[in-house]
Amino acid sequence: MNIINPAKATDSLKEVSRKIRKKDSMSLLTGKPVYTDDLAPKNCLVIKLLKSPHANAMIKTIDAEAARNVMGIACILTYEDVPNVRFTTAGQAYPELSPYDRLILDRHLRYMGDPVAIVAGVDEKIVNQAIKMIQVTYDVLEPVLDFTKALDNPILVHPEEDFSSLPETLADPKRNLCATSSEGTNFAEIYENCEVKVEATYHTKANSQTPMETFRTFATIDAYGRLNIVSSTQIPFHVRRILSHALQIPKARIRVIKPRIGGGFGSKQTSVSEMYPAIVTWKTGMPSKIVYTREESFTTGSPRHEMELTVRIGSDPQGHIQAISIYSLSNAGAYGTHGSTTVSLSGHKPLPIYNAAKAFKFDYDVVYTNTLSAGAYRGFGATQGFFAVESAIDELAHKLGMDPSVLREKNMVREGQIMPAYYNEVCTSCTLDRCLSKAKEMIGWDQKYPYRKIGEHRVRSVGLAMAMQSSGIPDVDVGSAEIKLADGGFYILMNGAADMGTGSDTVLSQIAAERLKCSVDNIIVHSADTDLSPYDTGSYASSTTYVTGMAVIKACDALIEILKTESAAALNCSKEDLDFDGRSVYSTKEEKRLTLSELAYKSMLGSNRSLSACASHSSSISPPPFIVGACEIEVDLETGKITPIDFVAVADCGTPINPNLARVQMEGGIVQAIGMALYENVSWDDKGALLQNSFMQYKIPTRLDVGTIRTAIESSYEASGPFGAKSIGEVVINTPAPAIANAIYNATGLRFRTLPITGEDILLGLEKLEQEAAK
Amino acid sequence: MNVKIFINGLEFHEETAPDKILLDYLREKGFLSVKRGCETSNCGLCTVHMDGRPILSCSTLLVRADGHQITTLEGLQKEATEFGEFLADEGGDQCGFCNPGFIMNVLAMKQELKNPTEEEIKKYLAGNLCRCTGYMAHLRALKKYLQQDREV
Repeated sequence: MNIINPAKATDSLKEVSRKIRKKDSMSLLTGKPVYTDDLAPKNCLVIKLLKSPHANAMIKTIDAEAARNVMGIACILTYEDVPNVRFTTAGQAYPELSPYDRLILDRHLRYMGDPVAIVAGVDEKIVNQAIKMIQVTYDVLEPVLDFTKALDNPILVHPEEDFSSLPETLADPKRNLCATSSEGTNFAEIYENCEVKVEATYHTKANSQTPMETFRTFATIDAYGRLNIVSSTQIPFHVRRILSHALQIPKARIRVIKPRIGGGFGSKQTSVSEMYPAIVTWKTGMPSKIVYTREESFTTGSPRHEMELTVRIGSDPQGHIQAISIYSLSNAGAYGTHGSTTVSLSGHKPLPIYNAAKAFKFDYDVVYTNTLSAGAYRGFGATQGFFAVESAIDELAHKLGMDPSVLREKNMVREGQIMPAYYNEVCTSCTLDRCLSKAKEMIGWDQKYPYRKIGEHRVRSVGLAMAMQSSGIPDVDVGSAEIKLADGGFYILMNGAADMGTGSDTVLSQIAAERLKCSVDNIIVHSADTDLSPYDTGSYASSTTYVTGMAVIKACDALIEILKTESAAALNCSKEDLDFDGRSVYSTKEEKRLTLSELAYKSMLGSNRSLSACASHSSSISPPPFIVGACEIEVDLETGKITPIDFVAVADCGTPINPNLARVQMEGGIVQAIGMALYENVSWDDKGALLQNSFMQYKIPTRLDVGTIRTAIESSYEASGPFGAKSIGEVVINTPAPAIANAIYNATGLRFRTLPITGEDILLGLEKLEQEAAK
Repeated sequence: MNVKIFINGLEFHEETAPDKILLDYLREKGFLSVKRGCETSNCGLCTVHMDGRPILSCSTLLVRADGHQITTLEGLQKEATEFGEFLADEGGDQCGFCNPGFIMNVLAMKQELKNPTEEEIKKYLAGNLCRCTGYMAHLRALKKYLQQDREV
């Protein structure tokens, strides 16, 4: 990957901008036992859930007596055994914008898979045997499964009286409404007067994140009688609060530890599995664990919100966009986890990228249905929004008879502009224009657009899209870091972010090493443990590098100040005359110096000062990273087969702290989104049963399915971020679906507005075109 | 049923139920590099070697391994490190959960294919899913790793 135009301010960097290995690489690559289930005590009770066979039902009777008597069963819990206080499993800063609409176990079952009972026993066989012996009678109710018919449907998903939600979400469970909003200025008037208009509705599915490690948690009681939770989670601090709320026990009685985790992609920004071992261990005093099967991760997980998005764009005949609007209808499913926040990004990210528009409008409704509860997935709602808007922009370009890349050049946001559709923030750093021209050059746009015939029935075409995301949630996300100097002169960096394989521990260590002028090998890093780590909202919303990274800088600066103060006293000189070169504090005036090792030993001998500093950081802005994705695909017009040939992506993530890890973020996100575009479907039968509950039906891309991925970075310099950095983790997933849909149009003349787009869709579409032509 | 198997050169005698899965047995015995990623033989995470050839331990009964040599990543630490360093230098390890099964299959491929083409590599490893990397870093690492002893 080539990095073009590294910002001047980063020229002298030593540890930042280096392609170093992840600090945990070799452990992971040699198969060391560092994940949740590897660490679980051998005597853990095994937990399984009895799940609802109906999409909407009330439990009439439940008899677990016989099951409880099975030898080896330690605990069976039903709705009668859990606290009757509603909460949310969404990992969000408190007070959460997700409604308090669920119990650990409820008498009302709201989707097929909703837990009916928690069963814990000495091994899986015994537990499975006991589950079969639980007698349940259900009052089966008609479900509401179609999210386009959920609003004001007589069937209510949440008829309960103790439902609660923050007032600003405008939730109204009596209308199946989880959240609603309307914003924008004078759109209708300007849009009506536009000479060229596009209006279309797009449909994205409830993709499953499928990290290779499924949801899993174990719980133990520690020496102080406290509940210890070890879990594969992105949100250790939120889990502590959620469990306290769900179990109705004090937060001080709970400790949450995140070991190495096998991927998250947002799925583990919801507390999916933690409450079950928590309550079993709290009630029995025995260690317990739950390990979701892959099937359970599909059927009772937390997938992307399915959305239907209507986009209207008005332009003048020269392609100057005047007005743009989005209406998003989002399917929360059975519970409103991340409902209002996810949908908000479906407008707040795509709208400001067309900053030339004079007017915008963004409305949304989030509705409850009796389907799997949705949650967070990399890109959050922005991915859905960009599929819609970036498809619509191409539709507008074709109407205008204009190259779609030129239409984008004319209307895109530029550095220095105020973005009215992005909370009136200034676009402080942006190379989107350069990303576009570079992506076009790399894919060979001018030679290949729109398509080339390469055989009798094979066509190669190109398509592109652009996108942005956030860098943390402004004035909400908090990152913290504690750095201390230990004897021998090495540092320990504690942070509360949750490295989920992305390498954030390494990236934060690089930032610390740069600031402390030492090698990254001199930094020991630890995350995350709610007893030991300083507070962090968690790893989501593209926040870790940008927000926690700044906390690291602040903590390092504070530590250097402490080292200077201590040295001044010890060396008997003025602090102003002291400097720090990474190895020692030295006087610029006299031949006096103290090495780090000497300073550390001094702090351990009759000292009243600890050589440590802790700092928190929150940003009042969220500077967007940008990306342009361009693809070349091959379509076989005889079979409909779509083959990805080449995908190029050029991103502006500010300064890439570790270019290797940034690159892999790009490649990985692009491949996930190729899956979203072409393979990954989620659907339900007429009873509400999920049809794609294994890798046999839910096809994620293999290495044969994705063609070549090429990436480049066009660095800007974001002054509010650590060494100029913004985020990279999420923005990368936003362009492939629209770019591929646009390329399919360029190859076939068929516009697909529903994902995924399959060979069958192409073939049926082409047949229809032929029939229409024959008429 | 009684079985005798060799795991990484160590001999194990076991009285076992006939439906015991090799994957579960290996983890119970502390060979924790072996991971489960699905129940449908799709993901490749549980790949180990039986008599030097890659198998999916999730769909192999323990009794099938009776009398055979099983090798897990714990038994191939030197080889894992040798290839792993190439992967680490590309940032291609990421969450690491698929790495043991993937590396077991890479090591099997190295034994089986001489001077494989890019397409042959992709086909051989197609059964090893990875959700983090997008596979490109794997390919870059593999090319450098195989380049070392490429036969001309």
